[in-house]
Amino acid sequence: MNSEQIIFYILSFWFVASSLAMIFSRNAAKAVLFLVLAFFSAASIWILLEAEFLAITLILVYVGAVMVLFLFVIKMLNIDKSTLRAKFTGYLPLGLIVAAIIVAEMSLVLGDNQFGLDVFRFSSPTRHGADYSNITVLAMQLYTTYVYPFELAAVLLLIAIIAAIILVYRNDTSRKKQSISEQVNVQAKDRVRLVSITSPSKKGK
Amino acid sequence: MVSLSDYLILSSIIFCIGLVGIFVNRTNIITLLMCVELILVAVNTNFVAFSHFLGNEAGQIFVFFILTVAAAEVAIGLAILTLLFRNCGSINVDVTNSLKW
Repeated sequence: MNSEQIIFYILSFWFVASSLAMIFSRNAAKAVLFLVLAFFSAASIWILLEAEFLAITLILVYVGAVMVLFLFVIKMLNIDKSTLRAKFTGYLPLGLIVAAIIVAEMSLVLGDNQFGLDVFRFSSPTRHGADYSNITVLAMQLYTTYVYPFELAAVLLLIAIIAAIILVYRNDTSRKKQSISEQVNVQAKDRVRLVSITSPSKKGK
Repeated sequence: MVSLSDYLILSSIIFCIGLVGIFVNRTNIITLLMCVELILVAVNTNFVAFSHFLGNEAGQIFVFFILTVAAAEVAIGLAILTLLFRNCGSINVDVTNSLKW
């Protein structure tokens, strides 16, 4: 067993263990933190696969933005912990049976006899040297071949921003806002009022 | 050397853990969303592994787009969750059954 395998199995162990801890933890905030650990392990495995840009994107976007958003929502909402586990045990056997069947089927399909080192035709990928830049290669593809999906992804993010703001927007009546029609239709008599008063100095004479 | 099937089996295990999480945490929408994230990461690991072993960068580009869509999905999902909590006073799945026939 060489060093690459040792690193892979350590990272896989942490990935699986933190995922299991995530789905079985009773506290939602702790579940988020376990998911962060799972994402770090996944990013390390992606670095082992020479996908450095995506690994750093996973940490920056998922851990830095999405998980913090999850934590904000969990801390903002008052979650009743007693009702969350009401049906915990009821569906656990069914879930375990489904998962075991899927793992068994996928291991049969994806095992060493199909994608192993000596079977799979491409199974010895070329390790790139120190001058290889993963970001340059991805950017060359992204801005030439996939520039149209890239723009669509940007539009999708814009739509998501607007939709999220519209969804949680609370129409607060106490806020001061401008009414254009009232401003245009205003008359001079609404703004200036002429009153006749007797001056105190004239009164004294 | 680590073979492709090791990565594929690892991602299938993670996929099934996410699936079990959906079964187990079916009353908590926040944990359901996190399980969906876990499933997406498992699928992305598949893409990255095939991209590395086939020497083709298209898989990594696809993972990039999946990350974009997943981030948008989480933002919308959490906004809906906040709205649900504001209207129903709870995010329990069993409480929000007004559309059930």
